[in-house]
Amino acid sequence: MISNETLSAEGMRPSGRGRVLLIACGALAREILALKAANGWEHLDLTCLPANLHLWPEKITAAVEDAVRKHRDRYDDVFVVYADCGTGGQLFEKCKELGVEMVEGPHCYSFFEGNETFSAKAEDEFTAFYLTDFLVRQFDAFVWKPMGLDRYPELRNSYFAHYDRLIYQAQTDDPALDEKAREAAERLGLRYERRFTGYGDLETTLARI
Amino acid sequence: MADEDDIILSELDDEELVLQMMDDLYDGLKEEIEEAVEILLERGWTPYDILTKALVAGMTIVGADFRDGILFVPEVLLAANAMKGGMAILKPLLVETGAPRMGKMVIGTVKGDIHDIGKNLVSMMMEGAGFEVVDLGINNPVENYIDTAEKEGADIIGMSALLTTTMPYMKVVIDALKEKGLRDKYLVLVGGAPLNEEFGKAIGADAYCRDAAVAVETAKHMIARRHNQMG
Repeated sequence: MISNETLSAEGMRPSGRGRVLLIACGALAREILALKAANGWEHLDLTCLPANLHLWPEKITAAVEDAVRKHRDRYDDVFVVYADCGTGGQLFEKCKELGVEMVEGPHCYSFFEGNETFSAKAEDEFTAFYLTDFLVRQFDAFVWKPMGLDRYPELRNSYFAHYDRLIYQAQTDDPALDEKAREAAERLGLRYERRFTGYGDLETTLARI
Repeated sequence: MADEDDIILSELDDEELVLQMMDDLYDGLKEEIEEAVEILLERGWTPYDILTKALVAGMTIVGADFRDGILFVPEVLLAANAMKGGMAILKPLLVETGAPRMGKMVIGTVKGDIHDIGKNLVSMMMEGAGFEVVDLGINNPVENYIDTAEKEGADIIGMSALLTTTMPYMKVVIDALKEKGLRDKYLVLVGGAPLNEEFGKAIGADAYCRDAAVAVETAKHMIARRHNQMG
């Protein structure tokens, strides 16, 4: 399996096998490959853009467009495995223009939980900071360091003063990740909660392709 | 004990000290900024001049370098904290000395959104530019914006959101202003990471401001235009 670091910084190339290409965020690679293996979805090929595009969401739409244009001629169809992901509707508009479908929802926290369920909880949980399996593994690279907390720990309050808990949305049952997530909550000064979500709408969406 | 290379702020002349303050602001050195503000006050500088010629000028450089990708959010936050230290000394004095007032703004993050870093920066830079700011904090329903703007006699309503899921609430506020026949009474400025110009137009805001510096410039420009139209 490709490393988390490579998925974060470089992404993943397609294998060239399968008639539908999934263009996904690197943060979803493990989950998509697990679903593909579990369900025998041989018709799906996967390429990933670097997960660290999430540190600059304004770059996501152009990166997805480039990938669609680069690969689409070699496949019967292309499906974009991103939600809105902080693009403010721009990714949705671009996918519409390109004639490709994408995952519904605002972000992966929502579709892992199930968009409807997540939305229903929004009123009670807007003070929650979420982590997924990928983000627990890459907590330092995606949260701690980009926020400068490794260099300026005094900034923790500037970022997290209004949060009251960290919810680890677990895609898998992994005690080591649970422990790491608990430790992340402690470092951020937040109450810890683990919630098993499995793959949520990601699985049902990919199953329809 | 000071290192040989340490700069003694009080030994710098005014021009050097202001340049040093810009450096210290850039480096997020709050204590140094507070010390320099006190020194300039002792030298007879007006609070308004210290604010505009040292702090705001320094923060403008920080803002430009953030926009150009040279500085990142943590560094901007440190710089803002340093400026806040200086502002805390100057604010009461600015009131006493009757610094020019540009107008009044009510600002807050919208309902369901607790992300206030951008809003806090805008709030501080607006104050630095001479606006009186009523900061509503986070998670504001429609009535907080409208009732406070009415009560305070504000000129501007500022709304901030970081989430794709919360930014549509800005339209709810604007529509409520329309329903109450108050839309034209206020300039409505919106901002936040997932927003863009088109969104601002689509919801009927007066302007989308991509960062704090743009918010200040937009507010100044629009207030001046409004005054000209009235005058």
